[in-house]
Amino acid sequence: MYNQTEILKDTSELGAEGELVINMGPQHPATHGVLHLVVTLNGETIKKIEPHLGYIHRSIEKMCESLTYRQFIYVTSRMDYLSSHINNLGCALLVEKGMQIEVPDRAKVIRVILSELTRIASHELWLGAMAMDLGAFTPFFYAFREREMITEIMEDTCGARLTMNYIVPGGLMYDLHPDFQKKVKAFVKQFKAKVTEYEDLVTNNIIFQSRTKGVGILSAEDAISFGCTGPVARASGVSCDIRKIYPYEVYDKVSFNEILDTAGDSFARYMVRVKEMNESIHIIEQLIDNIPDGDFVGKTKNVLKLPKGEFYTRVETARGEFGVFVVSEGGTTPHRIKFRSPGFSNLSALNHMAVGSKIGDLMATMGTLDLVIPDIDR
Amino acid sequence: MYSLEGITKSIQDWLFLKFDPTLALAIECVIVILLAISLFAILGLVLVLMERKVAAHIQIRLGPNRVGPGGMFQTVADTLKLIMKEGLTPDNADKFLFNLAPFVVMMVGMLLLAPIAFAKNFQIWDINIGVLYISSVSSLSVIGILMAGWASNNKYSLLGAMRSGAQIVSYELSAGFAVLTIVVFTGSLQISEIVASQQTGWWLFKGHIPALISFVLYIIAVTAETNRAPFDLAEAESELTAGFHTEYSGMRFALFFLAEYINIFIVCAIGATLFLGGWMPLHIGQWESFNHIMDYIPSSVWFMGKTFFLIFLIMWFRWTFPRLRVDQLLNLEWKYLLPISLFNLLLATVIAIFGWHF
Amino acid sequence: MMTQDEIKEYILSIAPTVSFDETGEWLNIIADATQLKPLMTALRTGKIQMDYLFCLTCVDVKTHLTMVYHLSATTHRQSMVIKANVSREQPSIETLCDIWRTAEFLEREVFEMFGVIFLNHPDLRRLILEDDFKGFPLLKDFEDPINMIKL
Repeated sequence: MYNQTEILKDTSELGAEGELVINMGPQHPATHGVLHLVVTLNGETIKKIEPHLGYIHRSIEKMCESLTYRQFIYVTSRMDYLSSHINNLGCALLVEKGMQIEVPDRAKVIRVILSELTRIASHELWLGAMAMDLGAFTPFFYAFREREMITEIMEDTCGARLTMNYIVPGGLMYDLHPDFQKKVKAFVKQFKAKVTEYEDLVTNNIIFQSRTKGVGILSAEDAISFGCTGPVARASGVSCDIRKIYPYEVYDKVSFNEILDTAGDSFARYMVRVKEMNESIHIIEQLIDNIPDGDFVGKTKNVLKLPKGEFYTRVETARGEFGVFVVSEGGTTPHRIKFRSPGFSNLSALNHMAVGSKIGDLMATMGTLDLVIPDIDR
Repeated sequence: MYSLEGITKSIQDWLFLKFDPTLALAIECVIVILLAISLFAILGLVLVLMERKVAAHIQIRLGPNRVGPGGMFQTVADTLKLIMKEGLTPDNADKFLFNLAPFVVMMVGMLLLAPIAFAKNFQIWDINIGVLYISSVSSLSVIGILMAGWASNNKYSLLGAMRSGAQIVSYELSAGFAVLTIVVFTGSLQISEIVASQQTGWWLFKGHIPALISFVLYIIAVTAETNRAPFDLAEAESELTAGFHTEYSGMRFALFFLAEYINIFIVCAIGATLFLGGWMPLHIGQWESFNHIMDYIPSSVWFMGKTFFLIFLIMWFRWTFPRLRVDQLLNLEWKYLLPISLFNLLLATVIAIFGWHF
Repeated sequence: MMTQDEIKEYILSIAPTVSFDETGEWLNIIADATQLKPLMTALRTGKIQMDYLFCLTCVDVKTHLTMVYHLSATTHRQSMVIKANVSREQPSIETLCDIWRTAEFLEREVFEMFGVIFLNHPDLRRLILEDDFKGFPLLKDFEDPINMIKL
């Protein structure tokens, strides 16, 4: 091949006259993980943002090439660890699609309920972390109070609080915990009662509004061009909810709204996520009393072999469209696997959104992008 | 009746009896210095614990509860840890200024202690330009912060220090005008006279609308001046890691930390003195018996009670509001607070001239 | 909304040499690396309006590398896959940064993982790996005796 040194361009970070280059991260309170942003400033105004990734790169795609179709699902829990269940679901759907495995209805419904619980948990954590980025510490604890109930439900159901690993190709690993329905109903009740506290503490706060309104504006054209998905794109008015466009599992049987906003600023992204939590609650309410009886796992062969070809599935995680692209040679392991992670595309829009604003605005913009770093680095 | 006044008086009498006046004054100075330092230490411990407990209560959690009964010795343990920690100095820092900065900030706090009336006739130095002294000395703390930010040789520190400079210099104005309103009512700059003028009622109540406005302005301005949330831009954790004290560790960091709480105490003490009558008990018009009962509460309790109420108010802000952005912060001061305080001062002057206040 | 045949006809009118593969879920268009740029420009701006590049990656098929572009449209929701083969020895292809801005980061990732050079890319640097990393980890012949676990 060619000389390695040729492609290593000069990466010196010396700023020009009147510019201040600061390294935000890899250890920085606002990057929530090990994101490294090289920010060029002129006084307080941002001139350029350059993400340096890879601090938590584990080459999951390469790793998956040596894992079987039963095993590789669980590696994806470690990617977007806040919506690990939905990542697992995306991978399982791909295997089921490729091998045409029938999934029992019971498993489908439970998968969807858990997906929505995961989405709420993720949004709760985002809400707290984002408020903390803006300097308000208290919402974090309020958000975690409700999130704790979800993690407890998850612990009962899957045995894990964060990386659920509950899905196997063809269904679920175990059946539900007997208390599941009771606990979920208790959670729904508490969430509905307490969600107004967020409104009081965060949404209606004049400082919060002035910090987020008109900050980090992303137009619909740019959102599409940058490949943004999830609440980021929906806040710009781009309809991109995979659950609506390409329904999987039982999403075509439940009624819910795709939340759209047109402002495209940080406040719109905030509102979209808060409203999405309510929609998720609505989905859970429709399904929780209607979990069909039957098997929780379908019949599958012991050794899974995907037929030769290419497969792609997409699911809607809390951050946007999560895609799995598998090239199979017909063996027990994938030949090539590519995870299309929502955070990666959303991050690429950060520079465009934040240039010209203040450092404080960067926190609002970055906070509402809801970046999860392992999801970006993979 | 037992009072702090009696204790100080007897000590002074005894000293002047035993020693010649110069030596006695010197010994008094030493005692005052020791008392001031121990007050600092105790205040630091109490306020940090209070902050953590208030925060915990607001955030539906318990707060420190392991060290000592109810976590009372948590801050003592923390201080012990900070004392024993290594105080690192960055290689490329300006060593002299870097080491000096925490002491400058601390010293300003100490200087501000002088004119505060803690109880009836219990005051270190009843200077006749007390209020002027306070506003001039308190603006010195920005020098320490700028020094720390510059000498750390860290970009975050520098940004934090610059923000702090802009912020303190601006908010100094509204705080000054708010204080001036009361000076206009009283006609004196001396703290003891200002307190004495509130014998019949606190300025907050008898100063009509201007006093109320200037109280609100004062609370906002001093929250900004002490770099507390929602105006904690100088150390904006999520933006600048820790702002001007990013590079400080160990005891030098503890001094900054302590200075922040001392400053809160001092501005709240001044606020209590100017607007809430200092050590003066709550008196309501003609209610003789009520006023009498109030008089039985020692003046030091009155003073501390009012001060800690204001401190609680400022802590409450911190745990409820998000942080402002730097341009919004300056807009708030120059576009809203300053014009309001100027107009308010004018209104207060008119009221004072015509004697419309009670 | 166009039918599959209309799309094929339309694409052939832009780039006559492409071939199609309809075995998968979506229409696969196999184009030559040199024709890719005009084809993509036409797909984006022409009447079919594929405005959303949702996945860009590369596959090492031992004999050559295949660039895979997943396109979709936010208006009529049709998806298609465009593939272009590049040689393993001198992999280079025209960048799509000026058509879809998301391509900038995705191409940088492919660049460091597969060593594909994207011509006219504005900022072709490493994104994820450290600067002194040797080799291209997602190629099938990449060996790392220390960190790679063989199963």
